Amino acid sequence: MSKLGSANNPLKVAIVGAGPSGFYAADALINSELKVEVNLLEKLCAPYGLVRTGVAPDHPLIKKSIEKFAVMAEPKEFNYFGNVNVGKDISVDELKETHHAVIITMGAETDRKLGIPGEDLQGSHTATEFVAWYNGHPEYRDRKFDLSHETAVIIGQGNVAADVARILAKTTDELKCTDISQHALDVLEDSKIKNIYIVGRRGPAQGAMTSKELKEFGDLWDCDTFVDPKDIILNQASKDELADRNGRAAKKIYELFCGYAEEKKPHKARQFPWTKPYVKPKKCHIQFLKSPVELKGNKKLDTVVFEKNALSGEPFKQSARGSGELEELKAGLLFRSIGYRGVALEGVPFHDAWGVIPNDKGRVLEDNENKVVVPQLYTAGWIKRGPSGIIGTNKACANETIAELIQDLEKLDDKKNKLGSKKIMEILNTNKVRYIDFIEWGVIDQQEVENGIPKGKPREKFTYTDEMLALLT
Amino acid sequence: MTTVVTDNCRGCRFTDCVSVCPVEAFHYDDEMLYINPDVCIDCSACVPECPVEAIYEEDDLPDGQEHWVDINEERSQETPNLTETLEPLEGAEEKREALGL
Repeated sequence: MSKLGSANNPLKVAIVGAGPSGFYAADALINSELKVEVNLLEKLCAPYGLVRTGVAPDHPLIKKSIEKFAVMAEPKEFNYFGNVNVGKDISVDELKETHHAVIITMGAETDRKLGIPGEDLQGSHTATEFVAWYNGHPEYRDRKFDLSHETAVIIGQGNVAADVARILAKTTDELKCTDISQHALDVLEDSKIKNIYIVGRRGPAQGAMTSKELKEFGDLWDCDTFVDPKDIILNQASKDELADRNGRAAKKIYELFCGYAEEKKPHKARQFPWTKPYVKPKKCHIQFLKSPVELKGNKKLDTVVFEKNALSGEPFKQSARGSGELEELKAGLLFRSIGYRGVALEGVPFHDAWGVIPNDKGRVLEDNENKVVVPQLYTAGWIKRGPSGIIGTNKACANETIAELIQDLEKLDDKKNKLGSKKIMEILNTNKVRYIDFIEWGVIDQQEVENGIPKGKPREKFTYTDEMLALLT
Repeated sequence: MTTVVTDNCRGCRFTDCVSVCPVEAFHYDDEMLYINPDVCIDCSACVPECPVEAIYEEDDLPDGQEHWVDINEERSQETPNLTETLEPLEGAEEKREALGL
């Protein structure tokens, strides 16, 4: 047989998960020197992963990266299998049998838990559920969020926490021309949420949002953002962190927090109740050095118990420790946003504590201790390195994985005839799976865009898989 | 708003930024890189990648660096697109050291 990666014996690779990492991996293979066949499998009909179902609807520019991914799907070497649940509709072992290599790029699908009493009370949710719901993810379409309370608490201060807070804080007029799903807009229209608390366990010098996201809290039509002036007083180690050149980004963020602590207008207005105060109807409070220790309520959440924290340790190595001092906050709605974690896939090693696939530069390992490489298996993106970095970070990450895969080329060639996409189709047909190709996705995509036009939205997403499949003959 | 490459890139051209740009917004000449503001989606992935801290979001440009907004816009129109990393320019490491970075 001809050399693997030549015209007569193309390198056949299956990629599991059509988010940014999956597309970047496909693109790197197709643009390599080798002749390849790339089969990208995706659980949903819709490709693009978190760019479609994670990125906030009011960040349309970021979603423009989708245009690049759509171009990556054009080459004849690229095949798309949407609506295919790997592990259920087709196994990883079957993919290995029919391909020279399999790359797992399924991201980090779930949230970390707080691990405190009352976490499962009604009204206590994960931020991912809410994000997936307002972004029209079919698996989250029918989740219910009770926005009839006045107070919502978000645990965590990262980018997802910022997105959730902003969606709750914005008016529907600010959101109605985005691609937010209509069912979510309808629920938000009746929202009674007036107070939003974004609570972090560490201090304002250890902020995890970007400065750009933090600035957006100053531009909300109907919501003022506050930081308690007492909260921006720093300990010496935090001052040292901000003075260090590695603290450049943190310093910028700290200064923005200080800006929200200085906002005088609403405070002054409160001192003069006889004049109509210039205060927006909603308030967003960014609070620090507190961790929830218990959620209380009778079936439904009504009180969040926090323990105040103190920072200790060297600069850049400070940890937040409970001080024993407790305080309560009445709230009917809580979202935890303290980090994503990956989910295990049958037939692929998994490091449960870290929520990632054990790997060395993208080569999957049996486990992190013995470092034994699992032949044929590779990984990229959040399931490879954990949930950090943004869309473009995955490009460098996927390129690293593909470089390793190409180095392994000789080892991958077991001289057996690999049938690739032909065999995938056969297995899926046998299992009666209605998979969709990229042309069919294009039909759905186009219809979504058309459905958005009368509403002035860039698209109105289909939120049920059956609705999408009904468009196809 | 956009993101801009500034003076520190001149003579370095490390191109780490290019490896994370999701929209291939970078352009280059013999001296440095430029960002095409019509293509850039303001994701800021490139900002922390630069070993010589040459890249800023427009809002965060240090005083006296504002002219780089126009330079990036103009030069990105006149120069070729860069989609893959290049070797840094000769003398890049020395310049990085001289900058104290």
